Amino acid sequence: MLIKKPDDIASSEITPEAVYLRRREFMQGAAAMAAMAVAPMAFSAPSPLSHTPVDARADNPFYTGEAQTPFSDASRYNNFYEFGTDKSDPAKYASALTVDPWSIDVEGEVDKPGKYALEDILKSVDIEERVYRLRCVEAWSMVIPWLGFPLSDLIKQWQPTSKAKYIQFETLYRPSEMRGQRSAFSTIDWPYIEGLRMDEAMHPLTLMSVGMYGRELPNQNGAPIRLVVPWKYGFKSIKSIVKIRFTERQPKTSWQGIAPREYGFYANVNPKVDHPRWSQRYERRLPSSLLSPNRIRTQMFNGYEEQVASLYKGMNLRRYY
Amino acid sequence: MADVTEKARQPLGTGWGKPLVFVLCLLPLAAVVYGAVLGDLGPDPVKALIVMTGDWAIRALLVVFSVSALRSWLGWSRLLRFRRMLGLFAGFYASLHILVVATYLFAWDWTIVLEELSERPYIIAGFAAWLLMLPMVVTSNNYSVRRLGRRWRQLHQLMYPVMGLAWLHVVWQVRSSYLEVLIYGLLIAVLALPRLRRFQLAR
Repeated sequence: MLIKKPDDIASSEITPEAVYLRRREFMQGAAAMAAMAVAPMAFSAPSPLSHTPVDARADNPFYTGEAQTPFSDASRYNNFYEFGTDKSDPAKYASALTVDPWSIDVEGEVDKPGKYALEDILKSVDIEERVYRLRCVEAWSMVIPWLGFPLSDLIKQWQPTSKAKYIQFETLYRPSEMRGQRSAFSTIDWPYIEGLRMDEAMHPLTLMSVGMYGRELPNQNGAPIRLVVPWKYGFKSIKSIVKIRFTERQPKTSWQGIAPREYGFYANVNPKVDHPRWSQRYERRLPSSLLSPNRIRTQMFNGYEEQVASLYKGMNLRRYY
Repeated sequence: MADVTEKARQPLGTGWGKPLVFVLCLLPLAAVVYGAVLGDLGPDPVKALIVMTGDWAIRALLVVFSVSALRSWLGWSRLLRFRRMLGLFAGFYASLHILVVATYLFAWDWTIVLEELSERPYIIAGFAAWLLMLPMVVTSNNYSVRRLGRRWRQLHQLMYPVMGLAWLHVVWQVRSSYLEVLIYGLLIAVLALPRLRRFQLAR
């Protein structure tokens, strides 16, 4: 008996080849969507921030044309020990931080000390975009489009006295919202302290950042206001600043206190001076992958030598690391 | 019948005991491979891979190290059957760790390797621990046990310096937290101290 079997699949139901060939993308997309739906959002997307876009010309030192690190990596791979020691801790736990209201205490050798509300500070400056390399002392690096304004704009407003040779910065100390500050095993003596020499602070590359990737800073990246000093190791770029003190003497910074042989006051990116425990000659530019680790040579002053080398003329950079 | 009761008394000792432990020991490797293939190791997979393989090497060492202690305290002599396999897995994860470091951190650049091995105490300690594991790995077979006799036991006392060096390797990398180092240190001390005392008494 011969029975002619009808086609049981209508041609309209057959997946076109082009779509079929993209099935992996579809699966990845579906997996990503599922992951997003399941994972509790660690932080809501920050609001957009109006700003002057960066002048993307090759000779502009405020702009690097190198591939930018995706926002998802820059906002999920952080050292912000106030929220935990793991790189993923800040993205998980920084949502507990209240960033509004926020103010900065200005103290020390300055004519206009006082408590400055963040909204007043922001009214007095123009927000612009800067695309900088960020080199962590741990030998990895990123390229991040920051939004902010030169620190020098604020310094000029506050009018430091002739005795002001250095600036000391302090991160918020609020253990109720910063779980890392409650840890009994931390090596850091809170609050976190950083500092700059006055000429470094006045340098046009030195940025006070309030945003990145066109939006406000996520909490884990140092909201609502942080420092960005692109020619120094990342730990100098102190986050969530609540106090700025003008001093005559060089401030004692947190990492100097923990391991003075390993972390100096200057902490300029320098491939020729190794961290005692690891080499600084190379860095992994993130995101890196196992097939192409993206291992590149570290540049003197993180590639900002032309702009900043004159600040350190005649200084022995092996001694003042 | 005697055979059946024997088996019932040693549920982990015969039959599927060893395959089970073998599969358990492979789970960390599965996690590493899964993460590497799916690109699930985050933006710095090199660092993640180094930390994962290193963590499992020292954990496996601690497990091997605890077998003798559990035997003398709780009389769990059956665990001895797994000690060889566990030890070989510790050697396997330590070797994987070193392979990843040489490939991704040093890119097999011998000037870098030599420099790191001569200048960085934590790398010297870690490498020395791995070197001392090798003779134990090589003699982990019945032939060597028979051949070496009493000296086999002496050779495998290398576990003590290996544990100490592995711990130093971690201690000298502490940056922001003491917690992990404290846990490993306490475990090693608790596991080693009673045996060191026995050592003294035997002399």
